[in-house]
Amino acid sequence: MADGSTLTDEALLDELQHAAFRYFLQTGNSSNGLIADTSRTNAPVSIAVVGFALSCYPVAVERGWMPRADALQRTLTALRFFHNSDQSGHPEATGYKGFYYHFLDLHTGGRVWRSELSMVDTALLIAGALTASIYFSANTPDEIELRELADSLYRRIDWHWAQNNGSTIMQGWKPDCGFLHYGWEGYNEAIVLYVLALGSPTHPLKDDGYQSWTSTYQWENIYGCDLLYAGPLFVHQFSHAWIDFRGIQDRFMREKRCDYFENSRRAVHMQREYAQRNPHGFAGYDENCWGLSACDGPIDQSDPLQVRRRLFGYAARGAPYGPDDGTIAPSAALASIPFAADLALSAVRHYCEVYPDMSREFRLPSGFNPTLAGIGPAGWISQGYFGLDQGIIVLMIENYRSQLIWSLMRDCSYIKRGLRRAGFRGGWL
Amino acid sequence: MQSDTMPPPTLLENRDDARSLEEASSATWQDWRSAGRYNLVILGGGPAGILAAYAAAELGARVALIERNLLGGTCLNTGCIPSKSILRTSQLYADMRGAESFGAQVPKDIHVDFAAAMARMRRIRARLGRRNSAERLSALGIDVYFGAARFTGPNTVAVDGTRLRFRKALIATGSRPLIPTIPGLAEAGYLTHENVFDLTECPRRLLVIGGGPLGCELAQAFCRLGSQVTIVQREPMFLSQEERDAAQILSASLARDGVDIHLNTSAVNVRVEGKYKLVDLVSDDNHNTVTVDQILVGVGRTPNVQGIDLEAAGVEYDDIGGVRINDFLQTTNSRIFASGDVCLEHKFTHIEDASARLVVRNALFWGRARLSGLTIPWCTYTDPEIAHVGLYVTEAIRKGIPVKTFTVPMHDVDRAIADGEEEGFVKIHVKEGTDRILGATVVARHAGEMINDISLAIGSGIGLRVLARVVHPYPTQAIAIQMAAAAYNSTRVTPFRKWLLRRWLKCT
Repeated sequence: MADGSTLTDEALLDELQHAAFRYFLQTGNSSNGLIADTSRTNAPVSIAVVGFALSCYPVAVERGWMPRADALQRTLTALRFFHNSDQSGHPEATGYKGFYYHFLDLHTGGRVWRSELSMVDTALLIAGALTASIYFSANTPDEIELRELADSLYRRIDWHWAQNNGSTIMQGWKPDCGFLHYGWEGYNEAIVLYVLALGSPTHPLKDDGYQSWTSTYQWENIYGCDLLYAGPLFVHQFSHAWIDFRGIQDRFMREKRCDYFENSRRAVHMQREYAQRNPHGFAGYDENCWGLSACDGPIDQSDPLQVRRRLFGYAARGAPYGPDDGTIAPSAALASIPFAADLALSAVRHYCEVYPDMSREFRLPSGFNPTLAGIGPAGWISQGYFGLDQGIIVLMIENYRSQLIWSLMRDCSYIKRGLRRAGFRGGWL
Repeated sequence: MQSDTMPPPTLLENRDDARSLEEASSATWQDWRSAGRYNLVILGGGPAGILAAYAAAELGARVALIERNLLGGTCLNTGCIPSKSILRTSQLYADMRGAESFGAQVPKDIHVDFAAAMARMRRIRARLGRRNSAERLSALGIDVYFGAARFTGPNTVAVDGTRLRFRKALIATGSRPLIPTIPGLAEAGYLTHENVFDLTECPRRLLVIGGGPLGCELAQAFCRLGSQVTIVQREPMFLSQEERDAAQILSASLARDGVDIHLNTSAVNVRVEGKYKLVDLVSDDNHNTVTVDQILVGVGRTPNVQGIDLEAAGVEYDDIGGVRINDFLQTTNSRIFASGDVCLEHKFTHIEDASARLVVRNALFWGRARLSGLTIPWCTYTDPEIAHVGLYVTEAIRKGIPVKTFTVPMHDVDRAIADGEEEGFVKIHVKEGTDRILGATVVARHAGEMINDISLAIGSGIGLRVLARVVHPYPTQAIAIQMAAAAYNSTRVTPFRKWLLRRWLKCT
């Protein structure tokens, strides 16, 4: 990593955030506004990464990294593509029922990898579209069109269909086999999905859908700390990229006298506690080297510890129950900055100091594993960059610095309606 | 699902515990043919039937026990005992392979002696089988009949032509493996727990269909004994009734052992090519085929309600749920009770035992003991083991009970660290704001032993406050339970109490 030791916290954050943002300029297709899932050759589009990109453009405009007109055109191009996309649900289409396939071809926008119609990834895409529609508020033809497109994309999503006659939202659907039956219970990154589904004026989720989902939560005391448990850090971050959960509570959190923001802060502490305990004896883990989350991993490497431990590829790693193969997701630590700024900054400075080989020009890789052999102290390092990591870095740093995204989404009537229908009260709501 | 016809059992041909068999079956046993009126007639000589027979006879009742095959039932002959014997051997091989992590040398040539493992299992089975021989039962005054029993009226049973009258009867006919409807499976042949322990060679490649307790235990055991094991489970996680975190730890453990895991997957067709069985698997829109030498089916059990003419006795039943009972284990014929697998959702030996005890009290002595009053733990004996007692969090929430869970990861337990057995956790669920224990899940190498502390606490109405004061020897793995209770106690020290304590200490 470039030397960040001489920079102030603010300057360091600016470098990290700007470096992360450049990902979206380097991996996009300007003709359709789509963004690649990773920077690797022939990577497909991830619709969630497009959602992050749409939210990052206003940040870039405000930070002076991109002209407003450029941001507007990139956003318009993407929204026009999705609006005009093939919604037939055919195996090569782009979407169905207002949802989109998880991975698309960067050039044609058609489904690739036989990927699923993804409910949560569609939610992240739409969150980005709505962010843009709030930010671009001028009464110019382009900005009016942008707002109409975003509104149209949101309104045509049939959230009710995604319940498959059940109480909760299904995780996915495929043209050849219908809805997927993965166990998607317990606390996860889906609050923003439920809020958007509840806020829909056209095809809303049934009233009891959110309660059915939260009834699968577990409130646990782990390492002496009470929290709503979820192992990977991204679960505690993704919905927070758009929704300011400070001081607002649903029924579950009212009963626990907590809120989701505070819960994420506790999750950061739990991860740090876990890294300090380091039960598997991995290299590097300590109070400043933590961050187990969904990230790329060293599946093809041999394990020098020789303790029959499995190594994973891209997987959701978590604490304290695992999976854990010694791979750290540096973006997960950095994106914790709104919840625990001191801990996140300490971790990033630690990375700069101890693992200078981990990143280039302040851009963080998806994962690194100091336990495994590599060319430098960081050991194994994920090749290229992942859009989800870069997107969450940009948005969470911005929320820490200016609260821009939170402020925009506080003005989103759909989000407010969805939160209220989910039972959220208090605070800014 | 259908209760398919089982392949003919190869049990008698292959087992070397002949002495036990003779004692357990009709081979050398006289047929009573002495009709009479019994206080209690028991259909089924498995754990529930035998325990009820002992208990009733000890209290002076005239008891008839009818068994159509082997005394001891599934548990002894084809279930718990043989599987745990094999699991122990397989665990030893796993420990040998992982010796380096214990600071020991890995033996140079680890050769699995499958025949020796099976021989050990049979010796153990024979030894335990002697405890419940027909002679021993007879010596206690129990009339043992070997043959097929059928009800002939509301208070009569016929055993191969002999009519027995009873004041009370107990149906304890158990259950048998449920066989999934998969085209080609019956023709290709398959194993169930009823004949898998008769194998004389370890299958080179084994497909396990079903990710419940039996499937997971045997998948891990055979993998550790040298089979290339593939396991398919229709649900998104193993042990679908258990907590997600527990099931995920089990998945990781099986994968680490080398089991090829296919969740959300169904076996849809089987065909034979030469010596091999080819099984088509479907997961969502993914299709693939595995080639194996043997297929083990472990998707569940179905109650033995057919062939005993329950209709003649006025006993209602269905093929899936078994004999219909009330909370006192009474059937729709008030003279007739049922216990064990034939009527209960949870099909475990210790639940059979507990329900049989309850029946003896209720049937013979006008007892009003309720099934719902029992505190029943259960355990899946994989490595690590997964044990549970009481309510799950989702059950408690469904009942409107707010829940808080106190969790101690095993990597925080000194003895688990010393033993190199850090995988797992103790989770104790309490009613929020109280110390009342609702339930618990333990994932640990010895979870089946550890859960007993919590079962005792729940059964005795002991809360976490008291449990925190129970002194556990140090260092033990079970001290994790005390640690969870201590975590509860620490949450009672509110900021106000802390302030009060500080004031008090300043003044003294």
